[in-house]
Amino acid sequence: MFIKPYGDTSNDGAVQLSFTLPVKNCGRAKEAARLYVQKLGFQKVDVVHAAALSEDFTFFVAYGKTDVSLDYDKVEYAEAVDKYMSMDEVNEFIKTHFKRKLVIVGACTGTDAHTVGIDAIMNMKGYNHHFGLERYPMIEALNMGSQVPNEKILAKAKELKADAVLVSQIVTQKDVHIKNLTELIELAEAEKMRGKTLLVMGGPRVNNKLAKELGYDAGFGAGTYAEHVATFVVKKLYERMTTRK
Amino acid sequence: MTPLKSKLGLSKPKIDRARELAAEITAPVQEFIDTHTTVTIERATLRLLGADGANDDGVPVPNLIAAQCGAKLSGGAAAFYLNALLKLDKKPAELNKEIEKGLNICEIPLTDAKRIQKKAEEIIKGLDARIAGNVTHRNAQLKLSKDKIKSPMIYVIVATGNIYEDVKQAQAAAHQGADIIAVIRTTGQSLLDYVPYGATTEGFGGTYATQENFRIMRKALDETGEKEGRYVRLVNYCSGLCMPEIAAMGALERLDMMLNDSMYGILFRDINMYRTLTDQFFSRMINTAADIIINTGEDNYLTTSDAVEKAHTVLASQFLNERFAAGAGMPARLMGLGHAFEINPELKNGFLYEYAQALMAREIFPEHPLKYMPPTKFMTGDVFKGLAMNTLFNFVSKATGQGIHLLGMLTEAIHTPYLQDRHLAIDNALYVHNTMADFMDEIEFKKDGVMARRARQVLDETVEMLEEVKRHGLFTAIETGMFAEIKRPRDGGKGFDGVYEKAAGYYNPVEAYLKKKLKVGK
Ligand code: B12
Repeated sequence: MFIKPYGDTSNDGAVQLSFTLPVKNCGRAKEAARLYVQKLGFQKVDVVHAAALSEDFTFFVAYGKTDVSLDYDKVEYAEAVDKYMSMDEVNEFIKTHFKRKLVIVGACTGTDAHTVGIDAIMNMKGYNHHFGLERYPMIEALNMGSQVPNEKILAKAKELKADAVLVSQIVTQKDVHIKNLTELIELAEAEKMRGKTLLVMGGPRVNNKLAKELGYDAGFGAGTYAEHVATFVVKKLYERMTTRK
Repeated sequence: MTPLKSKLGLSKPKIDRARELAAEITAPVQEFIDTHTTVTIERATLRLLGADGANDDGVPVPNLIAAQCGAKLSGGAAAFYLNALLKLDKKPAELNKEIEKGLNICEIPLTDAKRIQKKAEEIIKGLDARIAGNVTHRNAQLKLSKDKIKSPMIYVIVATGNIYEDVKQAQAAAHQGADIIAVIRTTGQSLLDYVPYGATTEGFGGTYATQENFRIMRKALDETGEKEGRYVRLVNYCSGLCMPEIAAMGALERLDMMLNDSMYGILFRDINMYRTLTDQFFSRMINTAADIIINTGEDNYLTTSDAVEKAHTVLASQFLNERFAAGAGMPARLMGLGHAFEINPELKNGFLYEYAQALMAREIFPEHPLKYMPPTKFMTGDVFKGLAMNTLFNFVSKATGQGIHLLGMLTEAIHTPYLQDRHLAIDNALYVHNTMADFMDEIEFKKDGVMARRARQVLDETVEMLEEVKRHGLFTAIETGMFAEIKRPRDGGKGFDGVYEKAAGYYNPVEAYLKKKLKVGK
């Protein structure tokens, strides 16, 4: 199925844009904005708003229509898990299949000081009325907090024989998270933890696809709750256990 | 701006009780502060006496001197610097060059204490004149632009990491109508136990606070201010491990506001509590001497705690910040106490609670230029919804007569602001603030309505909390997570090893000057 943006009618390809150009606001600037949007591949370009941000910068809002379409059938994206279990279901699943508590260690690593995201997943209280992993009777959860060096979280995971490590990355400017996440993977590789301990990452600007590219088992973005991660962890561990047999 | 009678029916005796408790809570802490100094207080002192520059490895001169002093810091570093100026017969700039090259000034035998004191007086006279000159200049400019500065004042941030890009964005924002520009510091600067030197162009999520960067931005905003016929205030962060040094730099370079909180560093940066509490006192004396408005950080509590459940922790902290600041000689007009619009937008009547909280703060702190922070935690990638939330925030701010209005950015959840994000935010605020210009005077509230009841409840809970903090003492209260639900052990955290008990005969002429000027202490 080929798709195009829908504005007012099917396949009209209508797109809304806003951007700033480094020129003074005047008629010529507006014409430049129109030509620029045209160059991006849009037709029937309409620059509907122009405002001076200073003597040297102008902000524009524009609409355009595009001919570009995309074959939706060829788009590949796999969610970490298709169907999520509830907290109770996760606990039952662990009791039935593992007959022991699972150990999960998590932290916001590197220089990142944002704790609220990892707390939302791990702390008792949870987030938006979804309890965190600490509340799960069959999960032993340790939240190490923020600004935790990669070596430290891996060492802790080893010490506790953790089944899964959860890494939170909130700051993404200048790709600091990529550097830090890659470092953790390399350390895990050196420690021979990959393939044994599940490595899961999360944060508002990351997703499952990026996680896979970096070598993680899964990645979770904005709006994640503890049960989402828990479902992935128990199912993946179970899958590994049964395929190894 | 100051409401004559409480529209929320707040109890005066309760407010008085809260203030009394705050005084009782801070008194034992102040005793500790009075008998201690820190490595950064000593470095700040050196800076104010003229120490500046850095060696080839980027180690600042004040740090070089502090390292030379070692344990002698407990007696104060000033004497060594003053002594070296005398003995080598050099001006500070010349002496700094020698220290950069490796001169150890602590090895020079000390001359007569009277000569040192005389040298101190000479330098401090110049310091006092410089700071007074800054204050006079600012006040004259503010007077000229009186009718053009908005109420509340519109405050935006720049955070490119590159001071020269920051300048472009700051000038554009000032042109669009911003009254205040804050340069956000780079990730991690608060944990550096030194202040980097020189102009900088690389930072993550913010730009290094350096004295040269202060100077560059000050000059740029003065230029824009002249063009616009309106003085533009400059803000930076006087927090972290170098709090007093940054206060000193701000005083010298005519910053107008400083973020400065008595507990933020402890809670959100894991800095040792003795260190931060001691540092905040010295910093606030410098801020006061330079007529710099501080912004406290209570808004941050609501990122780790729920804004409805823990609203009283914000008010309790405001009382403590007020008391600590007063202890440093600061008048109310310089206390920009912080709070924020951070209630979950899905909560029914959340807006009424926000409105009640903001009005309550206004009524309890009538002369303080309250610093009101926008929604951040519940901002998402839905920038359109974000703009709507910011509009309601702008409304509450104007409807409650806030002093310093930090604009929300529609892209808060995504990146540090783009040029156009600030424009949209300023436009939104100007629209709201104009269309409801006299709204505050028009409106009254039901005596027992949702808002009045809410404000009373928060005040009640605040008094209860302060009673409890008093029972345990502030140190234990912080240890047990009573603020922001973050626990910090008293002997843990960064910077503890930089706290010194003042030795007998501790000598700090800058401290003495500040205390005398501000009538602080006995
Ligand atoms: C609160 C906050 C702070 C607080 C943090 C307090 C604390 N203890 O956490 C303080 C004030 C300390 C702070 C500091 C800074 N911040 Co900040 N902060 C925020 C803010 C407003 C909210 C973040 C938040 O709590 N969201 C709520 C939680 C629940 O959501 P979440 O983190 O996305 O988590 C969810 C999912 O992502 C996921 N998830 C997250 N982690 C994980 C991990 C796993 C394993 C899984 C499965 C899921 C998962 O599940 C969570 C629940 O659904 C955001 C803006 C925003 N609205 O996002 C900026 C923001 C993240 N901060 C930012 C910046 C730049 C900074 C500073 C660098 C500023 C500075 N110059 O000092 C410093 C960084 C200090 C440091 N060393 O990291 C930028 C980051 C820009 C970028 N893309 O890189 C943002 C986006 C603001 C902005 N527009 O500039 N910040």
